[in-house]
Amino acid sequence: MNAPAYNFAYLDEQTKRMIRRAILKAIAIPGYQVPFASREMPMPYGWGTGGVQVTAAILGLDDVLKVIDQGSDDTTNAISIRKFFAKTAGVATTTSTHDATVIQTRHRIPEAELNANQVLVYQVPIPEPLRFLEPRETETRRMHALAEYGLMHVKLYEDIARFGHIATAYAYPVKVNARYVMDPSPTPKFDNPKMDNCAALQLFGAGREKRIYAIPPYTQVVSLDFEDHPFEPYRFNAPCALCGAENSYLDEIVTDDKGGRMFVCSDTDYCEGRQAAGHHGSLSAAPYKEKAGSHG
Amino acid sequence: MYVAVKGGERAIENAHRLLAHARRGDQSVPELTLDQISEQLGLAVDRVMSEGSLYDRELASLAIKQARGDLIEAIFLVRAFRATLPRFGASEPVDTGAMRVQRRVSSTFKDIPGGQILGPTFDYTHRLLDPSLAEGFVPEVPATAEASTAATPRVTDILGRDGLIESSPEAEDGASVGDLTREPLNFPADRDLRLQNLARGDEGFLLAMGYSTQRGYGRNHPFAGEIRFGEVEVEFFAEDVGFAVPLGSIELTECQMVNQFKGSATEAPCFTRGYGLAFGQSERKTMSMALVDRALRARELGEETLAPAQDEEFVMSHSDNVQATGFVEHLKLPHYVDFQSELGLLRKLRKEFAEANTPDAMKEAAE
Repeated sequence: MNAPAYNFAYLDEQTKRMIRRAILKAIAIPGYQVPFASREMPMPYGWGTGGVQVTAAILGLDDVLKVIDQGSDDTTNAISIRKFFAKTAGVATTTSTHDATVIQTRHRIPEAELNANQVLVYQVPIPEPLRFLEPRETETRRMHALAEYGLMHVKLYEDIARFGHIATAYAYPVKVNARYVMDPSPTPKFDNPKMDNCAALQLFGAGREKRIYAIPPYTQVVSLDFEDHPFEPYRFNAPCALCGAENSYLDEIVTDDKGGRMFVCSDTDYCEGRQAAGHHGSLSAAPYKEKAGSHG
Repeated sequence: MYVAVKGGERAIENAHRLLAHARRGDQSVPELTLDQISEQLGLAVDRVMSEGSLYDRELASLAIKQARGDLIEAIFLVRAFRATLPRFGASEPVDTGAMRVQRRVSSTFKDIPGGQILGPTFDYTHRLLDPSLAEGFVPEVPATAEASTAATPRVTDILGRDGLIESSPEAEDGASVGDLTREPLNFPADRDLRLQNLARGDEGFLLAMGYSTQRGYGRNHPFAGEIRFGEVEVEFFAEDVGFAVPLGSIELTECQMVNQFKGSATEAPCFTRGYGLAFGQSERKTMSMALVDRALRARELGEETLAPAQDEEFVMSHSDNVQATGFVEHLKLPHYVDFQSELGLLRKLRKEFAEANTPDAMKEAAE
């Protein structure tokens, strides 16, 4: 039997080259969705194959990789992707935002400020911000080409007419470099301001939809809004129950079936860092901790 | 010639003998046993039981063997057998809240009472071909722990406590259960019939329909509130004794999708439900089913209906793979008579076209 052999970081060099060319084009035209020939990856489409391909294409031997999912280093998908690169590329991995050179993320931007030596790789399920207003790709491509974004403003206006405010909580559309309207991937809108004028390169990979786009460092990113209804990042009005943080994005955790709830930082590295520095919330212990050594 | 008036009978006989031979394959390779199929191709058996609408692992295994692994053919075999069975009633609704859970995941909350249980799953396996499976393979002993006695309330019930999700419709006492295998289907159909249709519907078709809603054709952005797989008791109300008696237990997968709803003039915004249920471990099927179920509720919830997945008649008329395969494959049957009449007509039309376009005719028309 032919035992399959795999290249550094799984993808072959030709494929990496093709992806790097798409990335370069994406950087040159901020917010523009560059089509690329996405490959079948050894994990399902929609589970981060776009991010994984971008990471595989930019990863070097000296890189230190961090993978987060919903802000956490410990969720199953983050662990799985981190293990994949530890196995196929043998790169060092970390859970520390500060120590990482490449951070692959799903649904969050780390709380800690990123620096110019870092690349943030987003996994994107639906790259097209106009998709839910117009399902046809042929139409949305034309709308982008003509910068015809009236439909998006109408949608936001309809929200205001109906609810008194814009009813989009995540994947909140942004305008990049005063040209392209872009989907920031399903990050909560709380994270949108972190994209603006960011020191780190931000790359977005959508495997199933075969698109790559980018925000170069120090690029203007503006969340769409109206003068009289300005953009507001939403956050639960509670401190983190573990580290007491007042300014981080929080997850709601159901503690029983009688209405019990607690709120904790979704960025686990940030939360643990604060706890190690002596900050405490109302509940000091995490709700669930894996027993040391229980997985041999 | 397969149409020959005489000899057709022998041709059929020979074809079936050849099929039996091809089905068996190389006879120096040991024959598959039903136990092997049931134990090692468990998910194929689950799918055949679900779409065949018959909970019987042994018969489903037999069907898969007989169908050479063609699952739609196997579903067909099971359905054809099922049609001959008497129906003596409907069970009590199964209580999936009391399921002995083997797997339970929620993507809406980080942690839930009773915990997240991964169970046996392909999730997070890297799809790298494993050559060790080609030879005799003895799996590691699985990790075990005391079965938890903690309650595992349904995530939708937790949301329901705060009124954040619409309540589940209650069955009317004594109302009969719709059954589209026994009664002709009329549109508009109620949700019980729609769910029955989806439960029997083709996994691939429902997958594509569900996928289309995620990509924007009838969008309703869902969250997987909960997917649970495990064993539940089936009870039957026996008129003779006057109470419900247990019939046994079956394995089920249940999926509750949580969807947005913007509210209306009379109703506050709340989450809405999409529901999926199937025999065995059938996650792709139940998730797709829940997406399509929710899409089909568009009219009831006052949403625009523009996409295929929101069109009840379109979905329900095309979801059944036994119906679909029969009609598509009927094109293999002889069509000589109607084809001959088309051929005659076409020749006539072409002749008329040629006559109208001869140089003489063109000249006439020009004058």
